[in-house]
Amino acid sequence: MAPRTLFDKIWDSHVVETLPDKTAILYIDRHLVHEVTSPQAFEGLRLSGRRLRHPDATIAVVDHNVPTSDRTQPIEEAESRNQIETLERNVKEFGVPYFPLLSARQGIVHVVGPEQGISLPGMTIVCGDSHTSTHGAMGALAFGIGTSEVEHVMATQTILQKPAKNMKVVVEGQVGPGVTAKDIMLAIIGHIGTAGGTGHVIEFAGSAIRELDMAGRMTICNMSIEAGARAGLVAPDETTFEYVRGRPFAPKGEAFDEAVAYWKTLAADEGAHYDRVVELRAEDITPVLTWGTSPETVIPVTGTVPDPAAEADPGKRAQMQRMLDYMGLEAGQKIAGTPVDVVFIGSCTNSRIEDLRAAAAIAAGRKVAEGVRAMIVPGSGIVKAQAEEEGLDKVFLEAGFEWREAGCSMCLGMNPDRLTPGQRCASTSNRNFEGRQGPGGRTHLLSPAMAAAAAVTGCLTDVRELI
Amino acid sequence: MDKFTVLSAVAAPLPEENIDTDKIIPARFLKTTKRTGLGVHAFDSMRYRADGSENPDFVLNQEPYRKAEILITYDNLGCGSSREHAPWALLDFGIRCVIAPSFADIFHNNCFKNGILPIVLPHDVCTQLMEDARMGGNARLTIDLPRQVVVRPDGTEVPFTVDPLRKKLLLEGLDDIGQTLQHEKEITTFEERRAKAQPWIPRIVLD
Repeated sequence: MAPRTLFDKIWDSHVVETLPDKTAILYIDRHLVHEVTSPQAFEGLRLSGRRLRHPDATIAVVDHNVPTSDRTQPIEEAESRNQIETLERNVKEFGVPYFPLLSARQGIVHVVGPEQGISLPGMTIVCGDSHTSTHGAMGALAFGIGTSEVEHVMATQTILQKPAKNMKVVVEGQVGPGVTAKDIMLAIIGHIGTAGGTGHVIEFAGSAIRELDMAGRMTICNMSIEAGARAGLVAPDETTFEYVRGRPFAPKGEAFDEAVAYWKTLAADEGAHYDRVVELRAEDITPVLTWGTSPETVIPVTGTVPDPAAEADPGKRAQMQRMLDYMGLEAGQKIAGTPVDVVFIGSCTNSRIEDLRAAAAIAAGRKVAEGVRAMIVPGSGIVKAQAEEEGLDKVFLEAGFEWREAGCSMCLGMNPDRLTPGQRCASTSNRNFEGRQGPGGRTHLLSPAMAAAAAVTGCLTDVRELI
Repeated sequence: MDKFTVLSAVAAPLPEENIDTDKIIPARFLKTTKRTGLGVHAFDSMRYRADGSENPDFVLNQEPYRKAEILITYDNLGCGSSREHAPWALLDFGIRCVIAPSFADIFHNNCFKNGILPIVLPHDVCTQLMEDARMGGNARLTIDLPRQVVVRPDGTEVPFTVDPLRKKLLLEGLDDIGQTLQHEKEITTFEERRAKAQPWIPRIVLD
């Protein structure tokens, strides 16, 4: 057999059948369900009289819509409440395992899956959410799907798909102080662009990736979709196995050893073919952030806002100008020192315990700058409890941060956590699109440490000045 | 799902790259539990001003494009969120065909699942079609799916490619669950084989 990549191996082991036009019926091991992209799928099953084939391969949580303030009170927004109640009716009717709002295990679906040992190496994992790519950090093939496909997976436990192309992004070397997984990934997106990975699955490799902990790898894979890729992957290794060991839904005892033996066979074979290879030097990556309304608008925090006049293509020039106008920035201005109104530390990109520790290290002994609203939204109830055990909540509260309940929150502003028009936000989330965090809101994407630095200085700041 | 065969309609030019699905339908409108009714919010932030009034500069607020059934843009249309509310909003507005030099994967897929035909054509061809679209209400484009051509107002034809299976489903207005379930025996066989080979794969059962 020809040498195969990690992606090839997972793909091959899940093909139920290949149709004449090369479309595969691909078996799905894990289906993660949340309240926003599932109601129409459950409704479809009901209308067609179909059953949900494998409730025991399915898990549901509420995350997108939920308030991150006091939850003992009923949810105020009627439409959000309706969507959550609809999910609760649906999981009951179709027998789907569910972590309800008041469960300690509730949280952002892409934090909960790995945390509970539900997402495992070598699996195929789907969810009606583009950031499903996060689970690729486990060495699983994980990708976002639309609601019609959600219904398809519910009914058949498979999906119809053609194989993606293989791409490898290699980051060799050692990053400098203040440079995190988020900086590495933003640098990659800035380098290849938001369509750089279209049609591909990206495998992240190289010493700088291997040295990341699982949270860092999740941050990297999470934003594969911002590079246009169908999914991101990191080959499972000892770091992965140690992470999985002992998690509630992971295999135990002998079953675990058997699983590890299989997982060790997944790494790419010597000489496996990649359709595209991109290489970056870790030493060249500095703390970065975005200046515009596309995740590819990445500059070093020490840099200046680019000038549209330097862009030859008139269409692109106009779009850059539009971004500058929307973001309230001037061409050529230094990005550091730009005042912020809001700091958001959270989202499926950066809300794990490691992210909160990094933010707390900067916040400790400092105060949130006057006039800045800074919020910490843990990725799950488990993350929140762990942080409280470590005393991080006190560090944040003493510094003047808000300490909130788990959910997607201000990453996409479906719940009450929203920017108001013109507000500028230093955000650890994944998208800086116009209006993403609230109509008229201005988003700068950056790492948790950089976000904390912005909170305590009141402006976009090079975190290395505070280390 | 409605069938897609031959569509003769007004096309709206939207000459932008990277139109993301947040732009097509912002998150605050995703709280519905239905597939319909989202058309009024399609392109909300571009279509309406802060006070809720229509932005007269936006193409879909202008005649004849209010009745557009075809949308032409530049690269990477539909990037970002996987929300199927984006094609639902387009469909509810009346769009049945989107033309661009490239599409984001998930959006491209979601279009087919809802009877919207996404057509990939080179950047300069998209520019030409936008010019056609700007000629006004009499300058209709015809999308002939059986013959796989776009017929321009002057009668010239631009061929396009489409996946044969997806073409069949569009022409017949079929959803693909029924089709996959014809392979249920193979799915069951796969499950049995794997249960033997990898018995350690846990089931998710809550206590």
